[in-house]
Amino acid sequence: MSVTEQELDEFRTEVSAWMRDNKPADPGFLLPQSFMEVGDEQQLEFLREWQHKVWSAGYLGMAWPKQYGGGGVSPAFQAVADREMRRHGVPICFNVIGLGWAGPLINDIGTEPEKAKYLKGILSGEDVWCQGFSEPDHGSDLGNVQTRAMRDGDEYVINGQKIWTTMGNFAKYMILLARTNPDTQRKYDGLSYFLSPMHVPGIETRPIRKITGEYGFTETFFTDARIAADCLMGEEGQGWKIAMQTLQYERGAEAGAAGGLAMVRVTVDDMIEQLRDVNRDGEPVLSDPVVRDQLVQAIMEEKALALGDRRTAVGALNTDYPGSLPLSRKLRISEMTRRMRQLAINLQGADGALYVGDADARQGGFWQRAYFNSFSATIGGGTSQVQANIVAEHILGLPK
Amino acid sequence: MSVIGNTVLHFSEEQAMLLDVAREFCRDKSPISRVREQLETDSGFDQAVWDEMVSLGWTGIALPESCGGSGMGIASVVPVAESMGRAMLGTPLLSTTLAAQLLLRAAGESQAEGLLAEIAAGIPATVALLENEDWGDDNLCCTVDDTGSLQGVKKYVADAAAASLLVVAVRHRDAPALAVVRAEQLPEAAMTPCTLIDQTRRAATVDFTGVNVSVDALVTGEDVAAALRDFRLLGALLTAAEATGSTASCLETVVDYLKTRKQFGRLIGSYQALKHPTVDILTALDDGRSFVYHAASLAGDGPLDRDAEIACRMAKAQATDTLCYAGDRAVQFHGGMGFTWECDAQLYIRRAQWSQQQFGDARHHRKCLAALLLDT
Repeated sequence: MSVTEQELDEFRTEVSAWMRDNKPADPGFLLPQSFMEVGDEQQLEFLREWQHKVWSAGYLGMAWPKQYGGGGVSPAFQAVADREMRRHGVPICFNVIGLGWAGPLINDIGTEPEKAKYLKGILSGEDVWCQGFSEPDHGSDLGNVQTRAMRDGDEYVINGQKIWTTMGNFAKYMILLARTNPDTQRKYDGLSYFLSPMHVPGIETRPIRKITGEYGFTETFFTDARIAADCLMGEEGQGWKIAMQTLQYERGAEAGAAGGLAMVRVTVDDMIEQLRDVNRDGEPVLSDPVVRDQLVQAIMEEKALALGDRRTAVGALNTDYPGSLPLSRKLRISEMTRRMRQLAINLQGADGALYVGDADARQGGFWQRAYFNSFSATIGGGTSQVQANIVAEHILGLPK
Repeated sequence: MSVIGNTVLHFSEEQAMLLDVAREFCRDKSPISRVREQLETDSGFDQAVWDEMVSLGWTGIALPESCGGSGMGIASVVPVAESMGRAMLGTPLLSTTLAAQLLLRAAGESQAEGLLAEIAAGIPATVALLENEDWGDDNLCCTVDDTGSLQGVKKYVADAAAASLLVVAVRHRDAPALAVVRAEQLPEAAMTPCTLIDQTRRAATVDFTGVNVSVDALVTGEDVAAALRDFRLLGALLTAAEATGSTASCLETVVDYLKTRKQFGRLIGSYQALKHPTVDILTALDDGRSFVYHAASLAGDGPLDRDAEIACRMAKAQATDTLCYAGDRAVQFHGGMGFTWECDAQLYIRRAQWSQQQFGDARHHRKCLAALLLDT
């Protein structure tokens, strides 16, 4: 499917105009910066309505097949739409686990009935998806999943517990990793993968209050929950393989996502701007030589990431440690974000100690909340320390 | 407009070809054993290797074809500099290249044609700029008067002993100018070699007092100040490229050791306390390389613009801070071996201190960057 620059330019003009005309007004409550921050019904309904609107206009799932609600055009168009969404600062398309992880998975390896049943609801926002991978006792160690799924006639009976279920209390479906065989020699071989309904007896969710004081995740309990046997994706024992494929979408290493803005980007510009009227030792903080040195380092970190993305595309400059830039990206971007937000608070002077709810808090406590929330990315999806191990072992070849 | 600004990164076929050729050449000609052989020689490099580099045309890569160069621009010197750094290969190539750039940019192609043709043909050259330890100091105390008589001492002149041409930054009628001095014009004892922390390098203090140059060996005019500024930026870029190469081989040395050395019954590379800082070296190296080739994409033949200046400064700040970190950790991670002369980690930690101080250290460049980026 070849697309001309001219077609893309015309499309850019169109989508840009649409975003400008349809960008929602400030709702008067704090909007989530990412899908991991949807804490109440009010936020959920606002975001659901927005996603539906974007999809109805044809700017979401553009590269997914037409018969399942997609647009059936080249992913180049979606990339343009995503850039325009970012540029116009519109709200996120919140159903990220469906749009970015479960959806592409179903599209790539799902059966026809699975595609027909699930894909459209993901795009419209009607069917919220969540992920049941992590368990309380082994966060980053997925091979150790203990939640049991036992075959009983036409059903599986699920028992166990998941944690960090983003939007678990709002979700209609879950991508669930569970153990169908506890006796395999390799622990990975006993795992299976399910597209499980959430609204069945025996599945309960309990919202987790986050470090920010808000909600966004749940614990999810399975007590003799019965789901239809055809919820199994692939075959029994393929769970690990399919989970790893899911993580490839999650880490952005594999294409196929429906698109949409997954996260409101906060840049180093935003941090510098919020400091323009802050004083330190009787002078503008931006004139302090130590602060200036730190800010330049923050700018360089962000610029290096953008340049790294450019360099990834130049084959001849990636021969030493192939895969190094993409594989380390999650580690770098999440750590950079955390450090930048921490610095932003440190430089606010006494205001840095105020929090969301205080009338004097800078930008309503945006940076304080953003700093705390940034840990979701340095911990979730494999902690930075686990990510560093992965890079060390896979890229540098260091021993386990 | 974002403070991140320009993120262009081109890599031409010429650059790719030069990267391939230069990496292979430097690997063949400059294994670590050969690097070590040169540590205590007077010249610090192997004349035969230099002759081959000249015959490959490397002294003319960025020079116009009219002067016998290949007209590929300074961007094409970058992969060569990186490859030399990787193999810790000395030789006056970078000094020579930078001296040629300074002459070309200050005097223009037609006025400097003769000198540039000599350089393209393999005459080593260097620039005598610093008079004290401060790279941020633009004042020139060395002078040339209207009779062509020079006065003053230049310090840290890279590859001074090897250079046949010394381009001296001087003050002439209260404006910056360049005086081109031939090595044979220097009085005996004018040159005092420095004892450098990096033994793969050579530099000297040079006293130019009493040297006389003819009018046609003097470059004056408005372009000199801008050319000197661009010389500093291009020097920062080539030093960054070279440091990036050295970081890559330093990292290889560390990784090899971590994969083979056992302690307490385990390969030491399995300890996260060593593993994670090694990943930090890798990611910082990746950043350095991205900055270097970004800066190469922006550094053209004309005066460097704001984006190019930002890029060169970032490349230098990133690349040499990274090499300092890598060299430091390389010594530590080799344990007792790392404390010995025999261990190659010493070559990198020494190169790191040298690179950091060439063309301004990371703090200097970040200070300049702050003015460019924050005071809008």
